[in-house]
Parts: sequence; C-alpha cells; structure tokens
Amino acid sequence: MIEVNDLEKSFGDTKVLKGISTVCHEGKTNLIIGRSGAGKTVFLKSMVGLHQIDSGEIVYDGRRLGAMDDDERKDLRMEMGMVFQGNALFDSLNIEDNVTFALSMFSDMSESERLDRANFCLKRVNLENQNKKLPAELSGGMQKRVAIARAISMNPKYLFCDEPNSGLDPSTAIVIDNLLQEITQEYNITTVINTHDMNSVMEIGDHIIYIKEGKKAWEGSSDELLTTENEAIVDFVYSSELFKKIRAKL
Amino acid sequence: MPIAVQNYSYFSDMFLTTGIRDLGQYMLLLGQTFRKPENWREYYKALVREFGLLGINSLGIVAIISVFVGAVVTIQTAYNLDDPLIPDYYVAIATRESIILEFSPTMVSLILAGKVGSNIASTLGSMRVSEQIDALEVMGVNPAGYLIFPKVVSLVLFNPILITLSMFLGILGGYGAAVLGGVVSPQDFQLGLQTAFNGFYISYALIKTVVFAFLIATISSYYGYYVKGGAVQVGTNATRAVVSSSVAIILANYVLTQLLLL
Repeated sequence: MIEVNDLEKSFGDTKVLKGISTVCHEGKTNLIIGRSGAGKTVFLKSMVGLHQIDSGEIVYDGRRLGAMDDDERKDLRMEMGMVFQGNALFDSLNIEDNVTFALSMFSDMSESERLDRANFCLKRVNLENQNKKLPAELSGGMQKRVAIARAISMNPKYLFCDEPNSGLDPSTAIVIDNLLQEITQEYNITTVINTHDMNSVMEIGDHIIYIKEGKKAWEGSSDELLTTENEAIVDFVYSSELFKKIRAKL
Repeated sequence: MPIAVQNYSYFSDMFLTTGIRDLGQYMLLLGQTFRKPENWREYYKALVREFGLLGINSLGIVAIISVFVGAVVTIQTAYNLDDPLIPDYYVAIATRESIILEFSPTMVSLILAGKVGSNIASTLGSMRVSEQIDALEVMGVNPAGYLIFPKVVSLVLFNPILITLSMFLGILGGYGAAVLGGVVSPQDFQLGLQTAFNGFYISYALIKTVVFAFLIATISSYYGYYVKGGAVQVGTNATRAVVSSSVAIILANYVLTQLLLL
C-alpha cells in the first residue's frame, strides 16, 4: 500500500502539484488520469522519488520515503518496478541483458538462474525467442512488453507505469492493459498507472484518481465513474460524443 | 543607473551565478560518481566496454595525426633552422621536444576532447532524455557511478597509452619526413634524438595526460548527465562539453607547466 499525503511540487514559480492525497492499495490497478499537463507524470515520478517534493509525504507500507537514508531508499527501490513512457530500455544491451540487468546488479543468482528468470519474465509477457535482439529491432508493442518484463524481473511489490499505452494501436493497448492487470492480481502488486486512455480506465481501473490542474478533482472506482455527477470528471471522461452517447444509455 | 551599467551588472551576476552553480553541481556529480559501486563485477564489465569505445576506437585518429604532425614539425623546424651555423641534429632535438612536451600530451588531448568528449556527452544526454538514467535510478543503481566511473577510469588509464603511442609515432613521422625529404640525414636525426634528453619530460607529459583525461571524462559527463529537453539540447550540451573540456585543458596545461617545469 502506498499513502500519499498532501503532496506538493513546484518547478521554479510554477506549482505543478497542489496538495494531492490518496491511497494506492495492493493487488489493485490504481489509475491516475487527467489531461495533458495536469501533473500526472510529475505525480508518478514524485512517488518513486525521481522528483524531490516540496512538501507532503509518501509512505510505502509504513515506511516514509522522505525519512529514508540512501541505503533504505536503495532497498525500497529494489522493491519497485517502473515502465517508462518511452520504455527507457538500455539500447546498448540486448533484450535478455535488459531484463536481467537488475538481477546481475543486486542478486546472487548464477548466470543460468538469471537466464531462467529472464525467460520466465519474457514468457509471462508473451515474448519468447527474442532474447538476443536489440531493443531497436523490436516493434513498439514488443518493446513495451520487454519494459514490463524488466520491471517485474525483481518481483516488485510496487509497479509504476507511465502512459503504458502511448503510441500503441488499440488492440496492442488492450493486450498491455490486460497483462498489467493480470500481473497485478497474480503477484499482489501495488500498481500505479498514468494514463489518458479511457479504454484502460474502464477496463482495468480498480481505483481511479483524476488530477486536474495539479489537484485531485475526483477519486473512485470504474463503476462509480459511470454514474458520478462530479462535473470535472464527467467533462473529462465524456468529452467525446461516443462516450456521451454511452453515458446517456446508462 | 545607466542602462549599459545595468546590463553589465545583470550579465556579470548571471555569469557568476551560473558559473558557481555549475561548479557546485559538477562537484556533487563527482561525489556521486566516486561512491562505492553496487557490484564490482558489473562495473568491471562496463570498464572493459569503455576501454573499447573510448580508448581503442581512438587509436586510428591519434596514429594518423601524430605521424603527419610529427612530419610537419620536422619540416618546419628544418626550414626555420636553415643556417650553416646550426647543426642539422638540432632539428631532431626541436622535433622531439615539441612532440613530447606539447603536441602529444596537449594537442592530442584537445583532439580527444572533441572526439571522446562529444561521444560521452551525447551518449549520456541521450540516455537522460530517453529516461534510461531515470530507469537506473528507479532500479536502485547509482547512475552517476555506473555510467561515469568506468568512463573516467578507462580514459585515465588508456590516455597515457595513447599519448605514449602518439609520442613514438610523432617522432617516427618526423624521422620519415627528415629522411625521405632529405632534410636531415638518418645519423644526424638519431644523434639529435639522443642529445640532451631529459627523462623527466616524459613524466611531465604523462602527468599532464592523466589530468587532461580526468577533465575530459568528468566535464563531458557533467554536460551529458544534466541535459534537459530533447535532441537539440543533447547537441548543444555536447558542443558545450567539447568547448569547456578544451578550455579546462588549456588552463590546466598552464598551471601544470608552471608547477612541474619551473
């Protein structure tokens, strides 16, 4: 479980996050939604400690991120996996080395054990027999799967995904969504996903946080999203004519 | 206050603030770079990779430049010492001193600042903008240590080898030009190479080389590591890395020469 309390973050004079509080539960896909520029990525990166926050606190199962020393923070990071918007695969390493990177760095596994783990993770994301290829040789969807395989290689307790569907076609996006949901439930991971893909919101959103102009404007489940009267979220979710028609039929 | 004075004050403040901030950030980056590695084996693998990328890949250009500059230095020296009162072997002495004292350690380092410095800055810059550095950080790896430490060590260890090779090839190029062009006889050239030789000059050159290698690796890494933005900023910072490394080499060259030769 991750608790976020009154999180604030500014860049220069621009206040990006204005006191966001929420709780992300384990075994659930927690979705952060909002328009471009609303502060979703800053929120996610602040949660993992890539941005130093101005005020507030982030608590990982009772452990306060801000109060940790370097070693504690390193230990916490080994419990995290992250899928970046642009995948952030190491382009000089092949797929297998990308997936085993953290294992090589931190585990005592032998080379064959690491290879077995890489094969297991790659099989889990339905990507086999591509071990020796470089990231540049794979399609966008395949690269995304490698990024997920790398993120789960260390058996993370917390999984963060920044726009996992960006740049993917609708059918591949659904495959990635389902994969993230399955992994979350299977390994009881606390998963936090940034997205503005409404299909993801409806399909896999166990817990949805809507951010508008740096503030939390709404929070609830995907079922509640269908019936809410909150104007801010209704304007955002039902901005297209298609969704307006769907809502009218409910 | 006149506008010209206001502008001067504004720019001098900005320059000072930026300079002090950059220096502070550079020192902090050095602190991160030289932290204890998470896994020596992985750092060693990275070091071997960097030897190839930054060291062995520079052998060709260093060899070509050294041979031809050595040849040109010999011909120019012979042209300028064309006096019956000056013995021919002085050409070899002048060539040797020019190559060992200045051309190989300083000029070759400046060339490497361009080749290796831009490579380091653009590689790290691309990793920054494509979030690969963030990915390392989220994994719990110290990105500065894993990415920069092997580059610094490989350059500091390999540059003296490159510069020694450059000295040898520069003098060989000079010998070739002297003999093939009929400028100095082989016997006179060999006599000149052995006359009034001071072994400390080699130490002086290698000390300079190690310092220059450290400056190239760390300054270029600094500019690459802190890129903000996209491809344009990567290019801009790669250029800044080359310019700053070159200026730092020139300044360090003056300071080291004062300290070591006077």
